[in-house]
Amino acid sequence: MIRNECMAVVAQAEIARNIFELTLKGGLVSEIGKPGRFVHIRTSDGFDPLLRRPVSISSVDEEAGTMTLIYRAEGKGTALLSRKSAGETVDVLGPLGNGFPAEAAKAGSRALIVGGGIGVPPLYGLSEKLKAAGVEPVHVLGFQSADVAFYEEQFGELGETHLATVDGSAGTKGFVTDVIRSLPGEFDVYYSCGPLPMLTAVSSEMEGTEGYLSFEERMGCGIGACFACVCRTDSNEKGYVKVCSDGPVFRDGVVKL
Amino acid sequence: MNRLQVELPGLTLKNPIMPASGCFGFGKEYAQLYDLSLLGAIMVKATTLEARYGNPTPRVAETPSGMLNAIGLQNPGLEKVVTEELPWLERYDVPIIANVAGSETEDYVAVCERISKAPNVRAIELNISCPNVKCGGITFGTDPAIAKELTEAVKAVSTVPVYVKLSPNVTDVTAIARAVEEGGADGLTLINTLVGMRFDPRTGRPVIANGTGGLSGPAVKPVALRMVYEVTKAVSIPVIGMGGIAEVDDVIDFMSAGASAVAVGTANFVDHFVCPKLIDALPARLDELGIGNITELTGRSHRL
Repeated sequence: MIRNECMAVVAQAEIARNIFELTLKGGLVSEIGKPGRFVHIRTSDGFDPLLRRPVSISSVDEEAGTMTLIYRAEGKGTALLSRKSAGETVDVLGPLGNGFPAEAAKAGSRALIVGGGIGVPPLYGLSEKLKAAGVEPVHVLGFQSADVAFYEEQFGELGETHLATVDGSAGTKGFVTDVIRSLPGEFDVYYSCGPLPMLTAVSSEMEGTEGYLSFEERMGCGIGACFACVCRTDSNEKGYVKVCSDGPVFRDGVVKL
Repeated sequence: MNRLQVELPGLTLKNPIMPASGCFGFGKEYAQLYDLSLLGAIMVKATTLEARYGNPTPRVAETPSGMLNAIGLQNPGLEKVVTEELPWLERYDVPIIANVAGSETEDYVAVCERISKAPNVRAIELNISCPNVKCGGITFGTDPAIAKELTEAVKAVSTVPVYVKLSPNVTDVTAIARAVEEGGADGLTLINTLVGMRFDPRTGRPVIANGTGGLSGPAVKPVALRMVYEVTKAVSIPVIGMGGIAEVDDVIDFMSAGASAVAVGTANFVDHFVCPKLIDALPARLDELGIGNITELTGRSHRL
């Protein structure tokens, strides 16, 4: 069920340059279930900025009733959000969208997890689920540079983790696909989230392997009513899917890249 | 007597609050959040004769206290709307206002003839003001003679009252309002969005793929109020007002300016529960203002 709740800020910290980790507590955490879903956040009490900001859920602690979001403070709205501290509240609508099917990877199988930039966060909760289900996750994380890279250690605790940076300031110099090509062995399934050019490259690199891609598109309502975030598809008779309510995760091949 | 009730041609509204067309789909998404029977009415998404995919993305861009959109009338087409979307809405006790768009007079006529016969459609909202499509839409809404002719053609086939949705992108909105009134319109709805642009300073390109988009949200409210005020002075048919309504006093303002009811658009994206919240807030606000029935508000500015 979708809820609109003023959630309590438990903690907020800048974990890389302009990258914030925000932990929120509230009842809607119990509705999340799958990894890879998102929430829609109102960042201002007034009307400027007007629209909510979609932010993916990085991980969930059901026992504590908390969820962790990781986002980049880029514009006015996310800058306002980054100034919230413990004890304050945040207006959250969610959980929204459909997450990653962790069950697509069977116990004992190997799953490749590829994240780029601010697309990395939802893959963390996914990897936790996979690890718990007896799947071996292998992570390839791409960032622009070392100063905006985050969570290498946390992913490292769940499984093999490779870093790529465009400027070579950390890990392999280059793109995630350069790393993927160098990895030994086969994967049973792959999951990816990141900018569109990266998803396109990963999808083509992994052709023939079952894959799930999480997309980003400018959103209005976040619940499927406004038709702002549509992508073309051949997989249904309508010819389109909505990123917010049909996605943001789609099986590879559904969204025309 | 329900003090929020409003009677309009074809419509008995439990209250004067309805979601505006294009901001509420065909209701299914918001039905996950609250009971749609609470609403005064629902203005469903524009329906065209054939299905439309709409414009490329990005389709929306935020602006100060507002947003630009250029969706491009994406909809499943008349057949799917009358066989799937409207029947689904029959489970709710709420009148439906069907927004109709087209490229040619014949399209409008064909859609209105069929959609007006749907059991829960109590009125047509004739969309002659969409700024985001290349043919039709706004071209019908900027020339009084063409707007009048289209209204007459649609009135001849519609089995329910016809409200014409006016564009603010004209020099004199009252000229169009008078023309469609002469053409037989039963009511008016206004305003549609204001054509605007936003650029990306890094690239110099418009942010919206369509180039221009329609501006909505609290930023447009003063323009909308002025137009509702002018139009309700110029015509004798009722007006449903819209443009930036987000708070209870916005409702009061639009009715004071002359509107008989109001529609809420962009605010549904900001606070997804805004419509039921406004309905809840109205009685107390009427008490504070010393108003008995909400209909007393309509056009009170003209009487001062």
